[in-house]
Amino acid sequence: MCQAHPVGTGDQAMRDLADSLPVPEFDTTAFTTPPPLAEATVAIVTTSAVHTMDDEGFTGFDTGFRLIDRERRDLALGHWSPNFDRSAFAADLNVVYPIDRLEELAAEGVIGRVAPRHVSFAGNQPDDVATVRLDSGPAAAQALRHDGVDVVLLTPV
Amino acid sequence: MSVLSHVLEAAGLATVALISVRSVAERMHPPRALYCEFPLGRPLGVPGDAAFQHEVLTRAFALLGKPEGPVLADHPTVVEADETPMACALPPRFDPDGAPAVDEALGLRNAYDRSFSARGRTSVGRVVGPDEVPAALEALIGIADGTDWAEAGLPGGNPISTVHDIRSYYEEAALELVDGPTPGGRAAEAWFFEQTEAGAVVMAARRAMKAAGAPQPFWFYMAPGHRR
Repeated sequence: MCQAHPVGTGDQAMRDLADSLPVPEFDTTAFTTPPPLAEATVAIVTTSAVHTMDDEGFTGFDTGFRLIDRERRDLALGHWSPNFDRSAFAADLNVVYPIDRLEELAAEGVIGRVAPRHVSFAGNQPDDVATVRLDSGPAAAQALRHDGVDVVLLTPV
Repeated sequence: MSVLSHVLEAAGLATVALISVRSVAERMHPPRALYCEFPLGRPLGVPGDAAFQHEVLTRAFALLGKPEGPVLADHPTVVEADETPMACALPPRFDPDGAPAVDEALGLRNAYDRSFSARGRTSVGRVVGPDEVPAALEALIGIADGTDWAEAGLPGGNPISTVHDIRSYYEEAALELVDGPTPGGRAAEAWFFEQTEAGAVVMAARRAMKAAGAPQPFWFYMAPGHRR
């Protein structure tokens, strides 16, 4: 059997690692003023690498994205990192991809509409993140804009 | 993820990000971020708790009303991970002549099938389906016993993906064997790696690959980085 380890070390070890890594720099922060939330079309963009079970899975250094139709719930967790809890997603996908919560907010009129398509990337990207920054990220934005999306909720794992 | 915040915002979309590592947001300045100190893998905090998830979304969407950015706010609730192995029964030995891990995996099959039927989804299948999990464990047992990992017959030739499928099979099966709410963050991980025969096989194969000089990423990412 494997060695025991102190309580709390897993998440803290990952947060400490993230603290120590260099990050891409942005000289300025773009800022888009959204319409009122009750009139906005909202999409989820997740970096959890979830994908529909019949779609192509993510490779180890996948810089692309997958689109997920609003109605789909047959999702697999495709992230390659073993360093986060997976059991919660297995039990309730909304803890990563809160699509049912958005549907409830739309029904209540809190948000205007749920976007027809949502987006998934893999969080484990090459260090320079050049493709996401220059190619796949803008392509995902274009798809969302095409669908009339105003607001994006980003979720990690 | 903060990179995507910048890219999408620059394309005319208003973004709000749930952030799990505060220092990254402090350095990358995404337009709007809500730091949530929740277990990694649970950005909405608590599985099966719609009220808690809505509360997180309410706080996140409130940031859209700020007149300028970047905005970095903190969710006031901390949800700690629980690294105590969850209490989950394991099947008794059925075939005393077979490898314990293989016997164990076969014994969990009904629970896995119930989980799939109940949820209509599974994360098993990157390189092996549930039918191939026992054979995948046999391949890892071979590695632990000294077989070169590249010659062990790993499905897809990749130990990381093989372990992903095995671990997902176990954790999804466990959902049908644990009473009460979903266990805390990392409780399922601790159960798999510390209490199951399969977890012991994975760790033994990982140590054998490391000792044999296998490329570091191929063995390291078979298990969480803090496990040895």
